[in-house]
Amino acid sequence: MRISLGTLRIIVLLGVFAATVLFFASQIDGYLNARLFNRISGSVAVIALIAVGQAFVVLTRNIDLSIGSVVGCTAYFTGGILMAYPDLPPLLVPLLAMLIGGIFGALNGFLVARFRLPSIIVTLATLAIFRSILVQSSDGSSITTERLPVWLTSFATQNAFSIGELQMRWIVVISVVVVLVAHVFLTRFRAGRQFFAIGSNPDAAAFAGINAGRTIFLAFVISGALAGLAGFMFLSRFGNITVVAGLGLELKSVGAVVVGGVNIFGGSGNVLGVLIGAALIDVIDTSLVRWELVSEFWREAVLGLLILTAVAADTVLMRRLLKRKTDGGQQ
Amino acid sequence: MRQLRSTLASWEGFLLAVLVLIYLVNALNSAVFLTVGNQINMFQLSVEKIIVALVMTFVIINGEIDLSVASVMGLAACAFGWLVQAGVPGAAAVAIALAIGFLCGAFNAFFIVWFGIPSLVVTLATMIAFRGFARILVEDRGISDFPAWFDRLGQGGFIGPVPFAMVLFAVLAVLAYLLLQRTAFGRKVYFIGANRAVAEYSGLDVKMVKAKIFIASGVVSALAGLLFAARVGAVRGDIASGFELDVITMVLLGGVSIFGGAGTMSGTILAILIVLSMRNGMALQNITGHIQTGVLGVLLILSVMVPIIRETGSRMLARTR
Repeated sequence: MRISLGTLRIIVLLGVFAATVLFFASQIDGYLNARLFNRISGSVAVIALIAVGQAFVVLTRNIDLSIGSVVGCTAYFTGGILMAYPDLPPLLVPLLAMLIGGIFGALNGFLVARFRLPSIIVTLATLAIFRSILVQSSDGSSITTERLPVWLTSFATQNAFSIGELQMRWIVVISVVVVLVAHVFLTRFRAGRQFFAIGSNPDAAAFAGINAGRTIFLAFVISGALAGLAGFMFLSRFGNITVVAGLGLELKSVGAVVVGGVNIFGGSGNVLGVLIGAALIDVIDTSLVRWELVSEFWREAVLGLLILTAVAADTVLMRRLLKRKTDGGQQ
Repeated sequence: MRQLRSTLASWEGFLLAVLVLIYLVNALNSAVFLTVGNQINMFQLSVEKIIVALVMTFVIINGEIDLSVASVMGLAACAFGWLVQAGVPGAAAVAIALAIGFLCGAFNAFFIVWFGIPSLVVTLATMIAFRGFARILVEDRGISDFPAWFDRLGQGGFIGPVPFAMVLFAVLAVLAYLLLQRTAFGRKVYFIGANRAVAEYSGLDVKMVKAKIFIASGVVSALAGLLFAARVGAVRGDIASGFELDVITMVLLGGVSIFGGAGTMSGTILAILIVLSMRNGMALQNITGHIQTGVLGVLLILSVMVPIIRETGSRMLARTR
């Protein structure tokens, strides 16, 4: 039986994920139950959305470091609009958040695609600029739960359906649907394949008539819009939004993307892997707090080493597999 | 005359003009700006960052990036605090903290050079991990009972009113300039950054040069972390966090190409002066830190756009002739 490298990677990731959960189950009493899923799935939903957006950008050989600031900004501005107009139809609000996020993303995309500026510089700058827009417009005041409509603050804990004691929150369902749509789009549609083409060989993509500028612009808009949707969920989950909202999410998203097997130099990757990567990072992050052998202060050290191990193992494995493949071809 | 014109037209000439402008505007807006006390204060508040910016110039010209510098600063500072608290003599603690910086750099180099993993990914991971080690050491405590000579070194004047860290920065800046622009090693750094494959075929020991640079980055960052601890007189787990952005901004603003192979040490030093005097001028006008960073962000984007606009402009000029 022949398994493609991509499928193999997903299987390995799932194995690592299962091993991690089993490991914590053997260490922590009463770990493996429905409450674990209910608790973790909400935060995975938010990170997965951001990570999928980041994956679109990374596929095209770029990076979006401004994403944490975009989440903070959209959460704040959406909250502010809702406080001014509490009667806004609920269905419109997430769309509004995606629009706000999309505008931030479009600004990044415009600078990167139109002027051909390196994305790491542009988004490093907009990381600071968007955050300062947030600070400036908030004037030090923050969004608080009491001043938001009740439907919004209860939305994060509302279930779409439940299987036994496993509660499927709406935000989890939305997030999974987004991942699946992104997966189908990237693997089955011509417009989706173009993201890979540009990332794996920009010159060849240009000769094939692919508009690189437009595709890269689109990647940043998608990244911004998904960060906007994540900002909406963030607002709904936490209610209280201060100027530091979403700080550091860019690192988690890049971490999830890299652990999920997307090549940081573009051209290859799978958003299903990114979803597993996001879940893996979040499970480790939340479970270490409950593990008695180590203090909660070990979280960052373990997370960093995990990312490094994942990438190192991946590099070694892929190199060996590719070598075997080319050796086999020569015989 | 022609040489003068070409200097002015270069990126460094442009930076110099911007710097003069900022100094003029700041001096007109505030009587305090040009006083010796304020000028020293302006450097002293960011002296650790600008020391790291010197070594970051080598890293980026070499075609790499080191995102872990601020975490190495934090780890070295926290290790120092932890050791002092455990009763280790101050001088030995300083030596061990510097050795930790060496190991951090070597750790980065190992994965980047011998595994061939992109430095962006490796140092992103170690940025989180090294910060994590710092937190394991001090948890949520603050450590502040340092030896008296250590605090004095960080806070008092060393030569007249000029503090030790500033003197050290001046010495390091001269050394960094000579090493990058006047030695064979410096030429190798440029050459490898401009075209790694050609450098390898030419028989340059690319791996060794890269390893040296990352180890230097670790040691200098550890040194900067110690200076920070001495200046503030205390360490916490989150000490120096987020500094990597400021450092990288300064280097890129100085005209160093993110793709490697281009840039100068004098560009970095001019950009350091620009960033410091801008922040100081804004602080004197009561503008908060977040906004200052935002303004620097705009400046960073403009700095990478100007060469492109200038190129398009000169192409259009050539066409009309």
